[in-house]
Amino acid sequence: MSTLVHDAISHDVVSKVKYTAKDFSSDQDVRWCPGCGDYSILAQVQRTMPELNVPKEKVVFVSGIGCSSRFPYYMETYGFHSIHGRATAIGSGLKIARPDLSVWIVTGDGDGLSIGGNHMIHLLRRNVDVNVLLFNNQIYGLTKGQYSPTSEFGKVTKSTPYGSVDMPFNPASLALGSGGTFVARSMDRDPKHLQGIVKRAAEHKGTSFVEVYQNCNVFNDGAFFQFTEKETKSDSVVFLEHGKPLVFGKESDKGIKLDGFSPVVVSLKDGVHSANDLLIHNEKDSTLAFILANMTYNHDVPRPFGIFLAIDRPRYEDEIEKQIDSAISKRGKGSLEKLLNSGDTWVIQ
Amino acid sequence: MEKQTRTLDEVTIRFAGDSGDGMQLTGGQFTNTSAAMGNDLSTLPDYPAEIRAPRDTTYGVSGFQIHFGATEINTPGDHCDVLVAMNAASLKVNLRSLIDGGIIIVNTDGFGDRNLKLAGYAQSPLSDGSLSKYQVFQVDITKLTNLALADMNLGQKIVDKTKNFFALGMMYWMFNRTVDGTIQWIKEKFEKKPELIEANTRVMKAGWNYAETTDIFAVKYEVKPAQLTPGKYRNITGNQATALGFVTAAEKANLDLFLGSYPITPASDILHELSMFKNYGVKTFQAEDEIAGVTSAIGAAFGGSLALTTTSGPGVALKTEAIGLAVMVELPLVIVNVQRGGPSTGLPTKTEQADLLQAVYGRNGEAPVPVISASTPSDCFNTAVEASRIALKYMTPVMMLTDGYLANGSEPWLLPSVKDIPEIAPKFRTDPDGYMPYRRDEITLSREWAIPGTPGLEHRIGGLEKQDVTGNVNYEPENHERMIRLRAEKVERIANDIPLAQVEGDEKGELLVVGWGGTYGTIKTAVERKRKEGKSVSQLHLKYINPLQKNVGEILYNFKHILVPEINMGQLIKILRSKFLVPAIALNKVQGLPYRSIEIEEKIDEILGGKL
Repeated sequence: MSTLVHDAISHDVVSKVKYTAKDFSSDQDVRWCPGCGDYSILAQVQRTMPELNVPKEKVVFVSGIGCSSRFPYYMETYGFHSIHGRATAIGSGLKIARPDLSVWIVTGDGDGLSIGGNHMIHLLRRNVDVNVLLFNNQIYGLTKGQYSPTSEFGKVTKSTPYGSVDMPFNPASLALGSGGTFVARSMDRDPKHLQGIVKRAAEHKGTSFVEVYQNCNVFNDGAFFQFTEKETKSDSVVFLEHGKPLVFGKESDKGIKLDGFSPVVVSLKDGVHSANDLLIHNEKDSTLAFILANMTYNHDVPRPFGIFLAIDRPRYEDEIEKQIDSAISKRGKGSLEKLLNSGDTWVIQ
Repeated sequence: MEKQTRTLDEVTIRFAGDSGDGMQLTGGQFTNTSAAMGNDLSTLPDYPAEIRAPRDTTYGVSGFQIHFGATEINTPGDHCDVLVAMNAASLKVNLRSLIDGGIIIVNTDGFGDRNLKLAGYAQSPLSDGSLSKYQVFQVDITKLTNLALADMNLGQKIVDKTKNFFALGMMYWMFNRTVDGTIQWIKEKFEKKPELIEANTRVMKAGWNYAETTDIFAVKYEVKPAQLTPGKYRNITGNQATALGFVTAAEKANLDLFLGSYPITPASDILHELSMFKNYGVKTFQAEDEIAGVTSAIGAAFGGSLALTTTSGPGVALKTEAIGLAVMVELPLVIVNVQRGGPSTGLPTKTEQADLLQAVYGRNGEAPVPVISASTPSDCFNTAVEASRIALKYMTPVMMLTDGYLANGSEPWLLPSVKDIPEIAPKFRTDPDGYMPYRRDEITLSREWAIPGTPGLEHRIGGLEKQDVTGNVNYEPENHERMIRLRAEKVERIANDIPLAQVEGDEKGELLVVGWGGTYGTIKTAVERKRKEGKSVSQLHLKYINPLQKNVGEILYNFKHILVPEINMGQLIKILRSKFLVPAIALNKVQGLPYRSIEIEEKIDEILGGKL
C-alpha cells in the first residue's frame, strides 16, 4: 500500500464499532417496483452487515447494470454503480489494489451471466476475495421483459414470442465449473436462510458466489413460487447443511440418497429406508458439490438451497502481495535513482 | 592486401534473414556496441506477424534497421546503405530499401535451389546480373560457421543458431567496432551454458577475422562518435520508456501503480516490462479481455492507485464504454494506445497513426478525454509522466498515443535526473465535514479523490448522470447540460497548465509542417534539409492533441502554407481545419510504414515551388 493511501485511511476519525442495520441504509429513496424481491435482499444484507465486524468505511459495493445493480445507492458504504457486466472486473481491480477492503459485487442473471459472463468465470478461477451476490429472477427486468440466460427453455417473453430456444445456465454449476471455492444458493423469501448465507459468504476467504432467487413481480411473477411459497416449498426444496443428511418434506419424511452418482428421492416411511441411507452433505467435497448442483433442473428431485461448496484455495491478491514482498526482500525496495540507472548504460563525457 | 579505411558521417544497415535467424538479436548487439562507441542512432525492427512462418518464405523475413552516425540521427533511415541478407527471401523483400551502389552481404548457403524457389526467384539473383548496380559480397556463412566449430561436436541445430554471429563479426570489422561488448553480453546471456559462450564467441571472431583476412573486403568504414550532450545514456525502445515513465510517475506521486492489460501487439512489451517491477510495488493484472483490463484499472483508481491500461487500437475499441465511465465518475486513469495498422485486426506488427480521431472523439455521448502523444522512443517516458500528471491532477482518463514504430524503435536516451522530473502531488480527501463527491476545485474543476477506507466519506459513484456538487443520480435537463459543460471545460482548462507550443525554425514564414507522434524525426530531418537549402519552412510538432496548446492558432496564422503529414488519411488536419479554419494541406501515407524524409521533402518542394 502506498504511503499516501495509508495516510488517508489511517485518519483519526474513530469508526463506530457497533452498528445496526440502519447504519447501512443510505439517504436515497429505494426505487425498485413495489413488491420486488430486491427489497428483501437489501434488508437481509443490511441486517447482516453489523454482524461482520467490518468498519463501514472498509466496505464497498460494486454493481453493473440492471435492477439489482441499483443496490449500492441504498447502502451507506462506499459504492460504485458501473457499466453492464463489468462489476466483477472493477471489483477485482479494486480488491487487488486494496486487499484491506471488503468488496461486494451485486449483479443479476443478465449482468453477471450474459454480458458479464466472461469476467464472472475468470473471477471465480482466480479466487479474488470478493463476495458476489447474483440476483436471479430469470428475466431482463430493467429493459422490460426479455428472456435471460437463466430463463427456462420455451420461455415466452417480449423477445421470444414463440418461446425461447436457449438452454438456461445453472449458475451454481457454472460457478463450480469455473473453479469457485464458495458456491451457495438462497432466496429472497427466506430471510433467515439468506442472512445465514450472506454471513458465511462474507466469512469465506476467496470468491464467494451466492445465487439468490429473486421474484420479479412485474415481468416474471411467481417464477420461484414452487420453492418459496409455503404450500409447495417443503416438498420442492432441500436445504443443504454440512454434515447432515439431505432430508425434506412437510414432515421431514423424505430424503435424498445416491444411486451411483444420481441423487434419488426415497421415503423414510416406506419401511425400507432410514436416515442412515441418506446422502450426508459435505461442503468440502467438490465432487459432491457438482452432483448437488446438477439437481437444479432435475424435476424428479427437490431443488437444493444452501452451501454447495466452501473450500480453501490461495487468493489471487495474496499471491500478488507475496510476489511483491519477495521481490522487495530480494532486490530491495525500488527507488527512482535505481530505476533510471537500470539497463546497459554508458557515459558521454 | 592493404585495407583502406573511409570515414562516413552516417550509415544505415539492415540485417535481414529468416525469422529464426536471430536478426533482432544481431541488430540489437550492433546497436548497443555503436551506442557505447558514442554514435547517435535510431533503430527499427521489422518482423512478420507470424511467430515462425515457414522457413525461407518471404512472409517469414525478419529485419532490423539501424541508422547511426557522427551527426544527430533522427530516424532509422529512409534507405539502407548496407543490406545483410541471410537467405534469398530476405534479399527479395529488402532490396527495394537499398540505395543504388549500396553494399549487399549475402549468405550464399541461403541461395540454394529450394531457397530461391520459396523466395519466388526463377533464377539466382547472385548470378543473373540483376544486382549489378550494387556491391555484392558473397560469403558462405553457413560453411564458415561449421568450419569454425568443427572440433566442438555441437549439434547442427546449435551450429546453425550461431551463424548470425558470423555476420555480426563481419559487420563489426567493416564498421570498425569492437567485439568486446558483445562478448561480455554472450557471457552473461549463456552463463550456464559454457559451450554456447565458446561457440558464439568463436563464430563472431571468425566472422571478424574472415573479413580482415580475405581479399573480398577491401574497405572498412569509420563512423566517429557524435557530439551528444554529455551525460549517462542507455538505449531504449518506446515501450520500455513507456513502462519506466509510469513507474516513475507512480513513485513521484507516491502511489502504487496498477496495470490492467490484455496482451496485444504491439503493446504487450509494456505489460512484460511492468510485470518485472514488483519491487516498486507495481501490480500487473493480465485480464481475461480488454474490457477487464480497463475496468480493473478503474477499480484500482477508485481504490487510490495510479491506474493504467495498455493496448492497441482494437483494444481501445473494446475499452471505449469503460473510458466513458471513467469520464463520468471522474477518476484518474491512463490509457496507452500503441497504434498499429487498422481497421479491424489490420496490420498488427506495422505502424499507423489512424486512431487519433478515435482517441479524441470515439465515445458515446459528450465524453471529452485529454489526448497526448509521444514523438520519439525516449519521449514515451516524458509522455507517460505527463499523462499521469494530468490524469491525477484533473481526475480524468487520459489517452496516451504512441505507435508501433515508436514502441519497437530505439534510440539513445540521456537519463534524466530525478529532480528534473516534474512533481506530481495527488491529494486524497480525508475531512468528512461537508464532503460533496462532485464539488470541484475552482481552478482545475477537478473533483476530490475520496478513497474507500476513509472514515466518514462513504459515497456512491456511477455511470448515471450526476447532480452537480452532490453527485447524486439526477435526470434534470439543466443539470445534464451543466455537467456536460463542466466536464468539457475541465479538459479545456488543462491548456492553462501545459507549456506553449514551440516552433522549430522561424516563427513566421512560407510553410509550417505540422505533425504529431512518431513522425517527429522524419519531419525534422526533412525540414532541416530544406532550411539548409534556404527554404522558408518551419516545424511544429504537437504533443498535446486535446486540448491543443493555447498558442497553436496564433502559430498557424503566421505561415502562408500549412502542411500536415500523417500516417493516416488526414485526422489531425481535420481538427486543425475545424478549429482554426486554415486551408492546411494534407500529406497522407497508409502503408504500415513510417515516412521517409524524402517523401516529406518532395511535398515541401511541391508546395514552395522554386520559392526560397
